[in-house]
Amino acid sequence: MIRVENLRKSFGRQAVLRGIDLEVPTGSITVIIGRSGGGKSVLLKHLLGLLRPDAGRVVVDGVDVTDLRGRSLDQVRQRYGVVFQGGALFDSLTCAENVAFPLREKTRLSETDIAGRVEAALASVGLTGMGRKYPAEVSGGMRKRVSIARALVTEPEIVFFDEPTTGLDPILVNTIHRLIVDLHRQRPFTAVMVSHEIPEIFEIADRVAMLHEGRIVEVGAPAVIQGSDNPVVRHFIRGEPEPVG
Amino acid sequence: MTGSAPATFVRPFELIGQRTIEIVASLGRFATFFVQVLLTLLTPPFKVRAFVDRIDYIGFRSLLIILLTGAFTGMVLGLQIYLTLSRFGSEAFLGPAVAISLIRELGPVLSALMVTGRAGSALTAEIGIMRITEQIDALTVMALNPVRYLVVPSILAGLVTFPMMTALFDTVGIFGGYLVGVKLLGLSEGTYFGEMQTFVDLSDIMTGFWKSLSFGIIVTWVATYKGFNVGHGAEGVARATTQAVVLASVLILVWDYFLGSVLP
Repeated sequence: MIRVENLRKSFGRQAVLRGIDLEVPTGSITVIIGRSGGGKSVLLKHLLGLLRPDAGRVVVDGVDVTDLRGRSLDQVRQRYGVVFQGGALFDSLTCAENVAFPLREKTRLSETDIAGRVEAALASVGLTGMGRKYPAEVSGGMRKRVSIARALVTEPEIVFFDEPTTGLDPILVNTIHRLIVDLHRQRPFTAVMVSHEIPEIFEIADRVAMLHEGRIVEVGAPAVIQGSDNPVVRHFIRGEPEPVG
Repeated sequence: MTGSAPATFVRPFELIGQRTIEIVASLGRFATFFVQVLLTLLTPPFKVRAFVDRIDYIGFRSLLIILLTGAFTGMVLGLQIYLTLSRFGSEAFLGPAVAISLIRELGPVLSALMVTGRAGSALTAEIGIMRITEQIDALTVMALNPVRYLVVPSILAGLVTFPMMTALFDTVGIFGGYLVGVKLLGLSEGTYFGEMQTFVDLSDIMTGFWKSLSFGIIVTWVATYKGFNVGHGAEGVARATTQAVVLASVLILVWDYFLGSVLP
């Protein structure tokens, strides 16, 4: 379980996180929704240990990771897989080399075993035979899928998805969502996803948390969020402009 | 009105203080970055393939510009020094004058400035783009140290390639001076090279060597630091690249003067 307690972060005078409390149950798909600029990516960076909070803490399976540094933090990160918003694939490596990269650098597998794992990972995201292409030579949707393959190839226990479908067409959005659900069904991992995709995420999420102005204003099963009385949540999921004043 | 007078008086001092703190803090970050590099350098695993790639990136791909600028620097020196020496009837000293100027001073400095413009800027831009496209974050969350993969190989490659490129610059420059002094202006070949052997000693060569070695560290340190700490978007990368070239160039000249005063 990941537990976030009273997490606060400001950049200069701007308070981005104003006391986040959130629990992510083990093995669930938890989706964090909220308006752009609401602090979702900042929250994710705290979960990954890329940013340090001004106050509060992040606890992963009983280990407070907030103040961990160096090797202790890396030990926790060994359990992570991350799909970045833009894919964050290494430009100088082919798609297959990108997927192989964490295996080559973090394991002692033979090249034959690595090749087998990479092929299987690419096949699982529907990219058989595309391994030799460079990230710049494939479409945005394919890059996202390579990124998912790279994040999952080490079989991490916790996978973070930072807006994995941003900028894709509706068909690709559904394809990526289906892919995540299928992969999760094959090997249940704890998933934390930041997304804007309403209403699609209600079909894949076990829990949804609404982040608004630096606070979690509502959290629960998709049905709970969809039936919420909270005007902020209602406006967001219906795509209505917020009332002025 | 009366309340704002002290505030107006204090404001410039506040700004100076703020700017001073910013400068001191950035110098601290710059130094801490280097300490981090040294600590990473001393601990395995060593990224041999990345190191070889960086030698190619910084050194091999700069060869053409080094050969070109080295040749023309030597030719200009040959011409200008010959014209000056001929006023005193001392043309015989053209060889050592060209060689000493190149080996002690112009070779290390000009080759470092050339590589700063070509490879230093490219290094900053490459690492900067990796930063803004989250590739560095990707390495970090894979529990892999980005300094080990991107910075250490670059700095080691700078250490190896800068002295080699300087040696090449010096050699080509001396032949450029030969071309003008001997082939064009009629000085004898024996005089040009013979006097060079008499006057150029090991301390000149070592001065050039230490300079080029330290320039190798300075250029790659500045370039990687600026790339690592890039601002937002394309504008941030552009600004970091410009800053890296300007800062590295200034540091090369300042450090050159310092070493020139200290070394024999």
